[in-house]
Amino acid sequence: MTDTDTLEDDRKYRSLWGDVWSQFRSHRGAMLGSVVFITILLAVAIGPYLWGLDPNFADVRHRNQGMSWGHPFGTDQLGHDMLAQVLQGGRISIAVGLTAMALSLFLGTFIGVLAGYFKRLDGLLMRGTDLFLALPILPLLLVIIMLFRDTLRSMFGPETGIFILIVFIIGITSWMQTARIVRGDVLALKEREFILAANSIGTPSRRVILRHIMPNILSPIMVSATLGIATAIITESALSFLGLGFPSDFPTWGRLLYDGTQRITQAPTRVIWPGLAISLTVLSVNFIGDGLRDALDPRIRGR
Amino acid sequence: MLNFTLRRLMFTIPTLLLISFIIFLILDLAPNDPTGNLPLTIPPEVRAQIRTSLGLDEPMYWRYLLWCKQFFINEPLNLLNQWFGWCIGDCENRLRVTSFLTRSPVVDLIAERMPQTLWVVGMSYVVGVLIALPIGVISAYKQYSWFDQFGTLIAMIGFSVPTFFTGVLMIVIFSVMIPQDSMFWLPSIYDTTLKVVDWPSFVQQMRQMAMPVMVLALFNAAHISRFMRASMLDNLSQDYVRTARAKGLKEKTVLLVHVLRNSMIPVVTVIALGIPQVFGGAIITEQIFKVNGLGQLLIIGIQNSDIPLVQTLTFLFAVLIVIFNLVADVLYGLLDPRIRYD
Amino acid sequence: MKLKYLVAGTLGAALLSTTAMAQMERGRDGNANIIYWQAASTLNPYLSGGTKDIDAASMVLEPLAHYDENGNMVPTLVDEIPTVANGGVSADLTSITWKLSEGLKWSDGTPVTSADVVFTANYCMDETGGCQQSAKFGGVKSVEALDDLTVKITFDGPKPFPYGPFVGATTPILQAAQFANCMGTAAPTCTEQNFGPIGTGPFTVTEFRANDTISLAANPNYRDPSKPAFATLTFKGGGDAAAAARSVLETGEFDYAWNLQLAPEVLADMEAKGQGTVLSGFGPLVERLMINLTDPDPKWGDERSTVAHPHPFMTDPAVRQALSMAIDRPLLVEIGYGKAGKVTCNVLPSPAIYDSPNNAGCEVQDIAGANALLDEAGWVRGADGVREKDGVRLSILYQTSTNAVRQDFQALIKQWWAEIGVETELKNIDAAVFFGGDQSSPDTFQKLYADVEMYANNFDGTDPEAYMGNWQCSEIPSPDNAWLGGNMPRYCNPDYDKLVKEMAGTADINERARLAIAMNDMLMQSYTIIPLVHRGNVAARSNTLEGVKLNVWDSDLWNVADWSRAK
Repeated sequence: MTDTDTLEDDRKYRSLWGDVWSQFRSHRGAMLGSVVFITILLAVAIGPYLWGLDPNFADVRHRNQGMSWGHPFGTDQLGHDMLAQVLQGGRISIAVGLTAMALSLFLGTFIGVLAGYFKRLDGLLMRGTDLFLALPILPLLLVIIMLFRDTLRSMFGPETGIFILIVFIIGITSWMQTARIVRGDVLALKEREFILAANSIGTPSRRVILRHIMPNILSPIMVSATLGIATAIITESALSFLGLGFPSDFPTWGRLLYDGTQRITQAPTRVIWPGLAISLTVLSVNFIGDGLRDALDPRIRGR
Repeated sequence: MLNFTLRRLMFTIPTLLLISFIIFLILDLAPNDPTGNLPLTIPPEVRAQIRTSLGLDEPMYWRYLLWCKQFFINEPLNLLNQWFGWCIGDCENRLRVTSFLTRSPVVDLIAERMPQTLWVVGMSYVVGVLIALPIGVISAYKQYSWFDQFGTLIAMIGFSVPTFFTGVLMIVIFSVMIPQDSMFWLPSIYDTTLKVVDWPSFVQQMRQMAMPVMVLALFNAAHISRFMRASMLDNLSQDYVRTARAKGLKEKTVLLVHVLRNSMIPVVTVIALGIPQVFGGAIITEQIFKVNGLGQLLIIGIQNSDIPLVQTLTFLFAVLIVIFNLVADVLYGLLDPRIRYD
Repeated sequence: MKLKYLVAGTLGAALLSTTAMAQMERGRDGNANIIYWQAASTLNPYLSGGTKDIDAASMVLEPLAHYDENGNMVPTLVDEIPTVANGGVSADLTSITWKLSEGLKWSDGTPVTSADVVFTANYCMDETGGCQQSAKFGGVKSVEALDDLTVKITFDGPKPFPYGPFVGATTPILQAAQFANCMGTAAPTCTEQNFGPIGTGPFTVTEFRANDTISLAANPNYRDPSKPAFATLTFKGGGDAAAAARSVLETGEFDYAWNLQLAPEVLADMEAKGQGTVLSGFGPLVERLMINLTDPDPKWGDERSTVAHPHPFMTDPAVRQALSMAIDRPLLVEIGYGKAGKVTCNVLPSPAIYDSPNNAGCEVQDIAGANALLDEAGWVRGADGVREKDGVRLSILYQTSTNAVRQDFQALIKQWWAEIGVETELKNIDAAVFFGGDQSSPDTFQKLYADVEMYANNFDGTDPEAYMGNWQCSEIPSPDNAWLGGNMPRYCNPDYDKLVKEMAGTADINERARLAIAMNDMLMQSYTIIPLVHRGNVAARSNTLEGVKLNVWDSDLWNVADWSRAK
């Protein structure tokens, strides 16, 4: 944010991405967010190996325990170690959150841009969006699961099969808002002078969209991305709650939080840790998104 | 614009018919069954008989056409009869859309639940929007100030902590920990039979609404304020803002007239998408506080595979979605006159 | 002198009785609140067999006789229970004659007659009406009114247990005048009648909001003028079990909460707040594992899980026995049910007379014994710790419905089975799908496309004949009978079928008990059904509510007329 730094650097050779990076680095929130997010990623990726306790080992004699050296996060009603569960659960939750968000963002942006930019496609695509918005999600899930669970399970095994199914389901039922928002912005943008200018010198539509439209709709997309991760993690927990998610021996943050809610007065730590993990992840992704958006905006970067 | 609106409305009818058919198809394909929640002591032959009496032996297209007839012809005629006393055709024995579970007309069930859903979910949406807009504007105007950082923190917590948790937390604090004779005590169970007739009953209504409204408003405000902030930020750095300031316009005018108006497009989209959700009810929150509104009706219908009920509710929901998205499209044109649909 | 005393005495007695009357006046205790976390959908139990609907209706509608908290039949609208001894049941067991009490009135003031009883039977036996209790009328040939107060039910053969129709809350009497136009296909159109039936019970409906709240008021024509103690009653539905328990035990907003299947430590903690009391009672409900004796492998296509293909390893009794021995039942009870569960080694643990004494010993977990048994049977541990024999691995798919306690059980049992070298994959399915019986769904409990499944089952009333009949060969679900049938393990044993037939022709209660125990033992000793927990009903009442007796044989609200507020 300091003007003097960038002014001094003026004469050096600067690439676009170098600029973006230096702007990103100077964004305190974004750097902090990145550090937290990478820490969480490392924790869930390596943590289970370091911590060693099996998240699915029920040490029944030591159930419902509070915090201790042996179990820093305590244990649940079956004596599962909560730290191991949170670490293991993070793997699935973050994987589901990120991939489902990416899928819904891709679908939403793609459909939104097409509908906003090409008038001929608008009617069809937006009525399709209306259809998806109106679909009753639970019966749809039941149908999808009935049709595909066994096939996917035999093709990819129980864990990966369900993972693909859940990511697909969350992705396909959550892109509509992004699509509507992107379309609204594109409708306004494409009447702006710089787009008219680009069109009038014969720039092909593909280039106009990628070069001129996309950078300008980045901020709502970033917001959708942040909110999308949170939605995906929580939707996954709702699915497991309904018996449509992962088998019960695969802990996820959402489900840990849900299970803990029942015992909120007896063992508050059971809700605090998974809740904190979800919030920290979403918060850090949000700050990274803020930083990226600022870094990619040439007007802010120039300041 | 009028031309566009009319053309879109014409196009709406086939769209909605198609949507209604696809919904019916999904409900029919879904593997749950109306007898699924009955006690196991009811033997399979009786279950088969129950299914027959619900008409489930008929082919799918036939049941769909029956629903169409009941919903598009019989229900409007019945409304005319109820409201104006007009009787067209056989108005005594006309078959209305009937729920499998309660064996009563679905439209009556929906009407019965409308008040509490509008009170609780509708109010929470209004509160959410009213909180979100100023927070979004101020956080963007003072980007990275303490207010912005604090707002971001609250918004992200509001969004990442699900309502099934915040709801229970509220109940534990306000209904369990606070003694019942305290003025801050709030009931954990919503009384749908309460009629607001005087001041004490109004106070009681406010008290029983307080918790569900707080929980939902936090969630909605978190959502909307993020889009408001992002959109304001985009516009604050535009050239026209500099021009407006250079012209010597007051900062307030620049912000609230120029920037705000241009930033509204994504926010209008989000709000327009949210309003039908109000009528869809908030399933989890209604469940936690026993509000028993439309959301609870829908989830009971789904759990018991009550096809006519779910079909009707979902279809009404689809109508609202189509209408509000049309409203959003019209608003785009008003907010940004450059947008032309014709 | 004497006279004076006499007068004073009578006066005093009169005074006394008026004060007693004042205390025992109907509606003296104001309002009571009941919460059911599943809301009632209708008040006509013939159109909805859900427990919540039957319980709600039982406050308004009454049968001829009901079961008390010990499972004994007690007269409700009659003076005595017909038996062979008092001549009410014919000697050849083909008919039963009920005699209504005199002077009974519906809540609208009209007299209750035998015509109402006959009407109710016809109402339910009409095949086009979709009556959900029609199984109760199974074998009924005719129901006729002999005079204004006498009804004779004739069966199409000897019926050793003739108390199916009109005993218990599932089959109450409807008022003929009110439901006259609601027969057969017209049944669902009678919304007004179904939502506000006129009954003989202690309460009448003032407002019915489907799937939400029922407001009730004391019945002015109830047969006991001093009952019910409550003038009004609110029956609220919705939410979940935890919230219902909280509203009675922690916040004190409600007086009674039904079916609180919650983790024992959660419930104990709530009870410790001192606002209310947790009640539990034991019926015949048993949480059990059903072993699939047929092969669920998808490669068999339509013949999957049918008797055409025996299971590769579950047909080995040693494997089934080892699976049962590895389970620590007392721990399951402690973790899942607490006060609301008991260890059981029988699939028929209740009523006490049917409880077999011959299978004791299952309550002790015996991992070493199970391992030894498998070793002996030739199942050898492979490199990954999973036992195999002739290329067949002991790898199990274990399914159940979605429910927090069941998922906990799955996790524990998976771990115990791992200790005896059995690999387990868990699967849980939405209850509406699992118990739904949809032909097109692969996930129903009848199809059993898994090696083991877990659920709980019981029977209505106190007679286990129909329940034990579930495990005959003819009850095996298969595509031929559209998967309808209660024999999930696909157990088929001619000796067992013989016992079932014998029981159908036996009237003597002790002889019936002997047969039921023999059948139970046959199933238990073959380890095709592995009982886990004898589950109780759990409810909670406020400490200010008196007279509540939890009844597992009838409606929870069977004696709501006797409830009152503690002074």
